[in-house]
Amino acid sequence: MSDRPVLSSVEAEDLAGLVAARVSSGERFGGLFASARSDGTTVLRALLARHGARELFEARLSPKTNSYPALTPLLPAASWYEREIHDLFGIEPVGHPRLDALVLALGPDETWRPRPGAGQAARDVHPEIDDSALLSHVAGQGLFTIPYGPVRSGIFESVEYLVETFGEDIPHVQCRVQYKHRGIEGRFGELGLDDGLLLAERVEGTAAVAHALAYCQALESLSTLEVPRSALLARVLHAELERVACHLDSIARHCEGAGQSVAYARMTVHKERVQRLRAQLCGHRFGRGVVVPGGVCGPPRVAPAEVLRAISDLERAIGDDVRSLMGTPSFLDRLRRTGVITPATAAAHGALGPVGRGSGLAADVRSERPYGAYGMLGFEPAEPSSAGDALARQQVRLDEITSAFHIARQALDELGEGYEDALWRVALPPVDGLGFGCVEAPQGELVYLVETRAGRLERVKQRSASFHNLALFPDAFGGDILTDFTFIEASFGLSLAGVSG
Amino acid sequence: MAWVFRGLREGIVTTRYPKRADDYGPSFKGSVFVLGEKAQPGGEPIVAGQGGDDSKLAALCPTGAIKDRASKVTLDRGRCILCGRCVTERPDVFAFEPSPEVAAFNRDGLFVPEGTENEEEVDRLRTELASRVRSLRRSVHIRHVDAGSDGSEEWEVAALLNPIYDVQRLGIFFTASPRHADLLLVTGAGTEAMVGPLLTTYEAMPEPKIVLAAGTDATSGGLVHPSYALRGGISSILPVDVFVPGSPPSPFSLLHGILLAVGLLPGDSRR
Repeated sequence: MSDRPVLSSVEAEDLAGLVAARVSSGERFGGLFASARSDGTTVLRALLARHGARELFEARLSPKTNSYPALTPLLPAASWYEREIHDLFGIEPVGHPRLDALVLALGPDETWRPRPGAGQAARDVHPEIDDSALLSHVAGQGLFTIPYGPVRSGIFESVEYLVETFGEDIPHVQCRVQYKHRGIEGRFGELGLDDGLLLAERVEGTAAVAHALAYCQALESLSTLEVPRSALLARVLHAELERVACHLDSIARHCEGAGQSVAYARMTVHKERVQRLRAQLCGHRFGRGVVVPGGVCGPPRVAPAEVLRAISDLERAIGDDVRSLMGTPSFLDRLRRTGVITPATAAAHGALGPVGRGSGLAADVRSERPYGAYGMLGFEPAEPSSAGDALARQQVRLDEITSAFHIARQALDELGEGYEDALWRVALPPVDGLGFGCVEAPQGELVYLVETRAGRLERVKQRSASFHNLALFPDAFGGDILTDFTFIEASFGLSLAGVSG
Repeated sequence: MAWVFRGLREGIVTTRYPKRADDYGPSFKGSVFVLGEKAQPGGEPIVAGQGGDDSKLAALCPTGAIKDRASKVTLDRGRCILCGRCVTERPDVFAFEPSPEVAAFNRDGLFVPEGTENEEEVDRLRTELASRVRSLRRSVHIRHVDAGSDGSEEWEVAALLNPIYDVQRLGIFFTASPRHADLLLVTGAGTEAMVGPLLTTYEAMPEPKIVLAAGTDATSGGLVHPSYALRGGISSILPVDVFVPGSPPSPFSLLHGILLAVGLLPGDSRR
């Protein structure tokens, strides 16, 4: 597995211009990440993607430098990344138009920064958290803000949306995600490779398999060992069932929002059954502990024939309900032309996962850069839609549920023969270096950059699709009103835990 | 109409728990037990130094749940994230216990084999809580607050409302307003940024009120703690009445914890 991105060193002054030029030539901006060193330097890495190829631009900032020319004025998609780097590293992107705190709102006198990667123990430090300096008011004729959160009505993860409104229309929304910041990336730096896997599974608990997979792929990319074929197939099975569960959750939220009580009840029953099937297969409802470096922990605990039967039953039941739901006008009316993200906006931002595919972007890591067993299973990506509304995103998810069952079935067929005696794991010796892992999580492309030294984690940067896509959330409110909010949020299908880190 | 017939065809999907045991609850790993005590209840505890290299037992655990206290191996379920490493490495000492009924009134109650607590202390807590929640026995309204979870806890809490668990049948409701809430169900390890909103919610609730810490993160901070952004469990912010460990706690574990808090478990002496 030497599927690593090309690394190019550049000067920090040139980073913005180079990345912006690449994006205007059609490449996709995948994120901007920082990593501190114990000697005080900071490394900035910008990820670019064209079809399957990945490239990392690397710029080094000396200990005395605490600023660089911002990317955001040329490339608005970099805005949240630069705000995050400013919060965690204290490095200023010069020229950033709105450098509010994003994940860590520190008091005005606070000079300490976590600087993940620098090897400093962040466990005993308790910086002063103070979000009073955050922008909370807007100016304009008749305009006011409605703070919605962080404790919201219902069982939700904590986030505060500052809805800027005249009363009904929503011209803009600000997302304040700092409430869930756990300092995950600082914590990674205190752990060994095995414990790092457990933490990766808890970054975004609803996509634990995808996170474990990306983390393990990053470690495996440092070695020349081949993961056994049966293990690759088992990984696909668990990852696709996770996708089904996440998509059903999003669809159930749509039903709840539209007051479709029966459909909501049915969808949540299906989701519970998927979770139970996953627990039967591996002993954990969220698939934790399945994916390990070098393979999987063991064979699926249920015989393939029985899993195939369970999958067929689920598929038929879900299919029946989906047909009824998608023939219910009072439901469709709430989704149609709600939360439109135009293909142009999506492309400029490099929207990921179902959000991108609902707005005309075909990007799917499983097809453009087939990893694991996807290459041998002949995976066909779902047809993207260009409508860009909540309905299009929902349709993408429905299609992906169908294809997920199809892939899972293929993986089980392939596993079928000699599955008892197969090899499930190879021992992976620790190798120092920068590993790269990239998978298609239910929310979209998930990236892990893992730096190891002497069997320990030096720096782990995870970029969940939730982080990248939530930055696009305010753009979905062109002409939508307060009652559309639920659908727009559900149709993004994100996890806040993955955003705040 | 199709919906109606499809629903009728399926029959009743709802569990009978807690009136009757549910087959699903114990069908996967619920908690870790220290063997020896289990084989002979009240019998010989596993003593460090007997057979195998027990000096390494504590080092097995990524969250420090295994302790060698007074030359006796104990495991703190409140810190355990159910990774199963100890069960894999030392099946002679540790085993998974399938029961989802893992909730306890205090942190000491989460230690296995028995905690350092005494029976009188548990009885005192139980009686004190019972006298406080006497009025909630027919119906309890829950306000959920996320204080830094990984997102999976919310799925398990929300699952309580699906037709399979259907907690409304037991008089348990989730409410949007803290003014209507009797029980505050908190997930997550307690981020610094959520301390304020959490306290505000708690203070807005009318008396009597109960606090339930849902999950290992909420109980002790789990694997994400220690960190500069975390308090390491909810009990450092609020007085917690019931702890439900688990990473995440399954819906049956949560339901058991809620019923334990309000004294609605069958055979509960407070009924």
